[in-house]
Amino acid sequence: MEEDFRKGEECPHLLDLIPNERDWMVKEVGGGGKGFGVIEEKKLELRLGLPGSEDWPAVMGKQEEHSVESALSLGHYKLCKTSGINPSSVGAKRGFFDTVESKTEVFQQQQQQHPGFLQLQAKGKDLSPKTNGRAEQQSLERKACGSSVAHGSAAAPSRNAAGANNSSQTSRTATTPVVGWPPIRSFRRNLASTSKPSLESENGGLETAIKPENGGKGLFVKINMDGIPIGRKVDLKAYDSYEKLPLAVNELFQGLLAAQRDPLAAGNQKNPEEKPAITGLLDGNGEYTLVYEDDEGDKMLVGDVPWDMFVSMAKRLRVLKSSELSASSLLQLGAVTRKRTAAEC
Amino acid sequence: MTYFPEEVVEHIFDFLESHRHRNTVSTVCKAWYRVERLSRRSVFVGNCYAVRPERVVVRFPGVRSLSVKGKPHFADFNLVPHDWGGFALPWIEAFARGCPGLEELRLKRMVVSDESLELLARSFPNFKVLVLVSCEGFSTDGLAAIATHCRVLRELDLQENEVEDRGPQWLSCFPDSCTSLVSLNFACLKGDVNAGALERLVARCPNIRTLRLNRAVSVDSLSKILARAPHLVDLGTGSFTMDHRAEAYHRLMNNFTKCKSLKSLSGFWDASPRCLPAVYPICRNLTGLNLSYAPAIQGADLIKLIRLCLKLQRLWVLDCIGDKGLAVVASTCKELQELRVFPSDVCGAGTAVVTEEGLVAISSGCPKLNSLLYFCHQMTNAALITIAKNCPHFTRFRLCILDPGKPDPVTNQPLDEGFGAIVQSCKDLRRLSLSGLLTDQVFLYIGMYAECLEMLSIAFAGDSDKGMMYVLNGCKNMRKLEIRDSPFGDAALLEDVGKYETMRSLWMSSCDITLRGCKTLAAKMPRLNVEVINERDESDEMEENPSDLHRVEKMYVYRTVAGPRNDAPDFVWTL
Repeated sequence: MEEDFRKGEECPHLLDLIPNERDWMVKEVGGGGKGFGVIEEKKLELRLGLPGSEDWPAVMGKQEEHSVESALSLGHYKLCKTSGINPSSVGAKRGFFDTVESKTEVFQQQQQQHPGFLQLQAKGKDLSPKTNGRAEQQSLERKACGSSVAHGSAAAPSRNAAGANNSSQTSRTATTPVVGWPPIRSFRRNLASTSKPSLESENGGLETAIKPENGGKGLFVKINMDGIPIGRKVDLKAYDSYEKLPLAVNELFQGLLAAQRDPLAAGNQKNPEEKPAITGLLDGNGEYTLVYEDDEGDKMLVGDVPWDMFVSMAKRLRVLKSSELSASSLLQLGAVTRKRTAAEC
Repeated sequence: MTYFPEEVVEHIFDFLESHRHRNTVSTVCKAWYRVERLSRRSVFVGNCYAVRPERVVVRFPGVRSLSVKGKPHFADFNLVPHDWGGFALPWIEAFARGCPGLEELRLKRMVVSDESLELLARSFPNFKVLVLVSCEGFSTDGLAAIATHCRVLRELDLQENEVEDRGPQWLSCFPDSCTSLVSLNFACLKGDVNAGALERLVARCPNIRTLRLNRAVSVDSLSKILARAPHLVDLGTGSFTMDHRAEAYHRLMNNFTKCKSLKSLSGFWDASPRCLPAVYPICRNLTGLNLSYAPAIQGADLIKLIRLCLKLQRLWVLDCIGDKGLAVVASTCKELQELRVFPSDVCGAGTAVVTEEGLVAISSGCPKLNSLLYFCHQMTNAALITIAKNCPHFTRFRLCILDPGKPDPVTNQPLDEGFGAIVQSCKDLRRLSLSGLLTDQVFLYIGMYAECLEMLSIAFAGDSDKGMMYVLNGCKNMRKLEIRDSPFGDAALLEDVGKYETMRSLWMSSCDITLRGCKTLAAKMPRLNVEVINERDESDEMEENPSDLHRVEKMYVYRTVAGPRNDAPDFVWTL
């Protein structure tokens, strides 16, 4: 380690020798004379100890960037560290020594808890950054390392490391709203739904009120598909034309439809292309057709009126089987035709 | 060195730019302390409650630039009650009294009232720079005061603040004599602005280089502004919606062409894909691009735009760029240093998404990448290991897998190995955010390898107290630790109480710590403020004498020399 020290700098500058962490010690001590004096003396005390201490090599070693050396120095440095000395800076030392001197129990506890840590150190050296290593080998080694730690440390819970089925860790369903998750600012949550500048400002921008996801100005309408018991919601304000809507409908129901048809394939999320897409929703050519209900409860074909008018009128959407549309209630079709001609007038 | 006259020492200190270096030299001896404090021009206070404003003024009477931060970071995600604190007024008052030469003020996550802004505007005749980031509590009236009274204002930078709109007249308050503006950012304002006043203001400020407009500014206005300010370096467009066939569009494109210095673009509110080509002429020189407010621009159009941005260093996009789009970024933007991919659809009915593939592509195409914020639907260990190998220079690595606690979908394993590879490879890593299924193992790795780590965000991770202990024992440079929804309890909290005096702050919410644990910590460490935050909707039992075994929902611990704060609301107990 001494070699590293000499290699690093020709003449260590005073400032470099003074580790510059732990600034809080200095910064927050305001003009209070008494408090300051005490701290200053302690700093002077410690400073006298520094240059010759064993920790300097570790500090200088830290500043080297050689990956090979760092493997070795990492090992050495870590051993230094786990023996209880925190070598990085004056202030920390003081803080740590305080802790050590007055709380030796805590220190000893740390020692006891470290056997697993140290074990890993030995392995850690071997695992040192293989910049041209293979990813799998690294991960295999780490796994071996991980499981040995699991065996080695005293009270490792059995679901450590290799556990895949931690019951308390099972992923939540995407639909469960969690406060503050995902961690994005409020104004980003509402972006997709506040896509027009004329929208009033109260909800469209930043919010500090604690609201879960859907606090914005979106126009969410229910959408149900024939044969699917689960209904969804779609935000009409997120789209500006009829182009995107069928795509969104496809996204919402493709998975569910495939699951209905083949329940065994349901968990497989990796190949969306394998699921048949729902197409032709608007042109009457597809297996399904998109209709909407307006505020009078009438069912209408989607696509007949200008988009903005549609958004203002649609209260609910349905994805109907095209075959059933033509067979079922001519009255509905009649209503559709009437309304269509009315719009054209 | 102490035999040098003070002026010489002071001159030497001038070369110390970082706060830490200056803090350090001030501890060498009394003479240096004195020289340093009198010559200090810039002070950074990372936690407004760590020290009293009066103290700062007394110690550094010559300060010209002050930066203060208030609320804990998780306040951004609504985890901190609205009126928790972080008031700017005491700071402005103290400086108004003791340091009238103040020229620059930068506040982050603080509550700034109109009253404080008025006081600010009237108290500092030389005031030049006001930067407010993620603040709240003020209205456009406060801005009007700033505009009216700050005669030599150079920068007014409002980033992501919550501002009450009281009308557009604030902009007209800049007097005709105001010609000094270099930077004006009001993108976060929700209300209208007076287009004419804006255009005239820009026209009379020849040095204006940064201009970020809000959504209310029309394309027409933008066009005129560009014509008057072709030397702009950083532009945030207003509402970017127009008929691409119209005259206005061509005029805009023409004006963009004249802006030879433009390096950074943002805004694009309501932009539709057909309007994007207006900016094609300047893409070649762009180093910064923020399209994260434009959900209507999907993958294909993003790709067309990005293919032209060869010099891009900073890119913020929505995840509708898709993995394919990120592959294009990887092959085009070789200078990329910072990437942020935000989720475009938080509610579920998604279009394109990004997965680990996009990030792997980026890592292999953009070796200079050092800062990442990535929201995705899934991540694998193999991908993270590859990314770690490709990009060893990360200083900021924030990964958010949208589904909390989700494992590697290929192997069904936790992501410990992947994140372990990141911390081992990225030796300069200062900031890390974890997500996905994680056990105590990942914290062992972090404690072992993440030597430079200063800020760590943990959510839904870990199995036991050991996880937190590994981090506290290992990361000697840790400054800010924030944890939510993880099974760490009193044993971890009390493992090394001295550690918290070496850190700025610790946040724990929805963990397993109890009132007893918090009280013990407070009793052992008088120089920490241990705040327990109890919100109203707890049961009444809480209001009386809650038992020590009661689980604490939210705790915020920070070192301080100011003692318990005197502005804490009822629901915050400082133990």
